[in-house]
Amino acid sequence: MKFVENQTSDDTLDLVCRMCPLHLLEPGDRLKCLKKGQVLEVLTDYDGALEDIPSWCRKCGQEFIGIEEDDDCYKLYIRKVK
Amino acid sequence: MKRVYMDHAAATPVRKRVLDAMLPYFGEDFGNPSTVYDMGSRVKHVIDEQRTKVAKLIGAKAKEVIFTSSGAEANNLAIKGAALPRQKKGNHIIISAIEHHSVLNSARFLERLDFEVTFLQVDEHGLVDPERLAKAIRPETILVSIMHANNEIGTIEPISELAAICQERNVIFHTDAVATVGNIPVDVNELNVDLLSLSGVSLGAPKGVGALYFRNNIRLMPLIHGGIQESGRRAGTENVPAIVGLGRAAELVEKELLDRSKQVRELRDLLVQGIHERIEQVKYTGHPERRLPGHASFCIEAIEGEALLFMLNQQGIYANTGSACASKALKTSPVLVAIGIPPDLAQGSVVFTLNITNTVEEIEYVLDKLPLAVEKLRSLSPIWRKKSAA
Repeated sequence: MKFVENQTSDDTLDLVCRMCPLHLLEPGDRLKCLKKGQVLEVLTDYDGALEDIPSWCRKCGQEFIGIEEDDDCYKLYIRKVK
Repeated sequence: MKRVYMDHAAATPVRKRVLDAMLPYFGEDFGNPSTVYDMGSRVKHVIDEQRTKVAKLIGAKAKEVIFTSSGAEANNLAIKGAALPRQKKGNHIIISAIEHHSVLNSARFLERLDFEVTFLQVDEHGLVDPERLAKAIRPETILVSIMHANNEIGTIEPISELAAICQERNVIFHTDAVATVGNIPVDVNELNVDLLSLSGVSLGAPKGVGALYFRNNIRLMPLIHGGIQESGRRAGTENVPAIVGLGRAAELVEKELLDRSKQVRELRDLLVQGIHERIEQVKYTGHPERRLPGHASFCIEAIEGEALLFMLNQQGIYANTGSACASKALKTSPVLVAIGIPPDLAQGSVVFTLNITNTVEEIEYVLDKLPLAVEKLRSLSPIWRKKSAA
């Protein structure tokens, strides 16, 4: 698990309170709106996302940057590669 | 027997063009919108089209509309859904004392989960005072809910002013617009609200469908967990025919709204004037000007509203004593108590809610039958006899 600090992002997707499998469906849609190289911040309170999102990035060819813990959620950062 | 229906706040008939739009989704287009094959994806696309239509009616973006099973569910989702994820930030909620039961009871439910609720008093017309709201907001206030218009007394609240106060203090603002959407122009940006509930009932759409507008990025705790419907904010296979009905009704209403409001207001004024001329000791409740166009509510001295409804029913006239959901409880209306109506006068509550299908002839029929019914009830009333003798 890679932790990051003060990572900047170009867009935020708030999935807090929303359950599985939204964390595997919505990032793909949101990344479509970003340009290559831009970073998406995903907010979630679902523990399963900590494994699922890095794995989803590998499958989809996107770069998983890392995780930061916040007060009430996790912040996961994805860089759009393709 | 002649039927004169003047209880449109309780239910409106489904319009023919709305019903026609709905019918295919009971039959040939029955596919589940969550399926990947074309029978499902086609229906999913149709749902998204309806989302756009409903959003357009209220000046929102399609992605800011969640379909629900009713206005009550939309209110529950707004109140509980917005409060629960913010409990760490603060536990104080403000609602007005005249909210619909779906807001009142959602707030009372949250009291059981250690939230604190302030029930904001209103003036004699049912108006919430912006200054009073500003004073009630505390650092721990996370949510304010004030209805756009009251379904029992018709008063339209100064929502944009109230919402601006909340925005300044970084407090989420919800309005229950079930009574207004379809009756007067409603624009979420002009009102400056974060959350807004609406229902098919007021629009000529079927019962069993409503919607919640949520400003983009407002965090909401779902009430119904399950699948991915409504982007994970409200699970359960969609009620496709009802959603299509809501979308079609929204589309029709948007084009007709201003003409409809004017026409209905004229009919309402005719009824109000006639009642004042023909029945003595009647109080017109709610605000005299800031009110829903088709809404006429009265408290008639020395009668029981329920008895009057039964007598009107015998003449084919359909009205109500207050909110359709609460009128069976035979309890003094909290709304009438909140605007300072004495309990004995509040018993004589009668509410007429008109829409475009009502006619001048129907108004005349009511003005013919209503005074006779009141006279008969008063002739049986010891209170009235005592008052007349004095």
